[in-house]
Amino acid sequence: MSEGEQVKKGKGTVFVQTEVCKGCSYCIDFCPAHCLEFSRDFNRKGYHYPVLGRPEDCTGCDLCGLYCPDFAIFGVRFKDLEKRKQPAPEPLIPARG
Amino acid sequence: MSETDLLELEIENPVASYLRQERLPHIWCPGCGIGTTVNCFARALTESAMDLDRVAIVSGIGCTGRVAGYLNLDSFHTTHGRAIPFATGLKLGNPDLKVVVYSGDGDLSAIGGNHLVHAARRNMDLTVICVNNFTYGMTGGQVAPTTPIGATQTTMPYGNFENPFNLPFLADACGAVYVARWTVYHVKQLAKAMLEGLRKKGFVFIEALAPCPTLYSRRNRLGDGVDQLKYYKEKSKIVNGADTKDVGLTFQGDIVVGRFVDRERPTWLDAMNEHYSQHFGEKYVPYGVSHGQD
Repeated sequence: MSEGEQVKKGKGTVFVQTEVCKGCSYCIDFCPAHCLEFSRDFNRKGYHYPVLGRPEDCTGCDLCGLYCPDFAIFGVRFKDLEKRKQPAPEPLIPARG
Repeated sequence: MSETDLLELEIENPVASYLRQERLPHIWCPGCGIGTTVNCFARALTESAMDLDRVAIVSGIGCTGRVAGYLNLDSFHTTHGRAIPFATGLKLGNPDLKVVVYSGDGDLSAIGGNHLVHAARRNMDLTVICVNNFTYGMTGGQVAPTTPIGATQTTMPYGNFENPFNLPFLADACGAVYVARWTVYHVKQLAKAMLEGLRKKGFVFIEALAPCPTLYSRRNRLGDGVDQLKYYKEKSKIVNGADTKDVGLTFQGDIVVGRFVDRERPTWLDAMNEHYSQHFGEKYVPYGVSHGQD
């Protein structure tokens, strides 16, 4: 995981696994808030991955996560993150037995 | 939010637990829509809150056939076109299971076309997800039974002249109880259709149109995967309950999407139990009835 935003802006943020991204730009073109853009650098395979260009616009709706064919990006809302901070951390999906 | 915070919070991709992480990144091309359909399927599984040990996934051969290898469920990668026969056997052998057939258009409608027709006719309790990319992706872009008229493919260099299948019409005519078509652009609707398909009893057929940027789009000079998604966005019309006769696809023409058929029919097992109960009366012990999905 990387690309966690340093400063809290907007209502949410995205996390990108840069190494599995193939640069298809689905997330960038179909972000409802138009807050993603291509990075200047590229990953080990030579693809430009998405970065949060306008973090103040991100709502953490996770539509990028739904579009991503490579399971490389997902969005979270800050309020969901806050909820998880207080009690013992619980994974979003219960671990499978 | 710093890196250490994230590690403490144990944030992971919401679909990560549905995937065999050691097999990723997958082999699908950049801009291929199959990964998005898998993403939608994983979300549908989350929503359905099913016991994942009771969900089995069966795939045939082809690009979409790889799905069985990437999903962290009980799965089987069958021979070409034989996903539905295998799934039928699995379902009848263990009626407790929810069996999902996840395969491509070539596998389901060409090599396995007869199986599709008969499973729908019998109303076998299967959920069939057909990812339609209009071509044979893995073998080099030959003409598939779904290639629209006029599209250029490696085996039709001057354009295709064969009449393509209208898959929802085929499934409807054969008696499927749930027929829907969505594109990879309609992710929310596709995930919802998959959820409804998982909950529905009987033969469910969901067609998901997906771009093939490496073969179909490049041969026809249609741009990248994202350009195809923009075409889906522009040209698709949502008509729920549309007559499946009118939902045929043309080359870069209008696409009718939606939930076309949603009806009730006795499944094969129900029909068998009823028939033999009538015939033999008390002596007959119904098979696979106490279980069911719910």
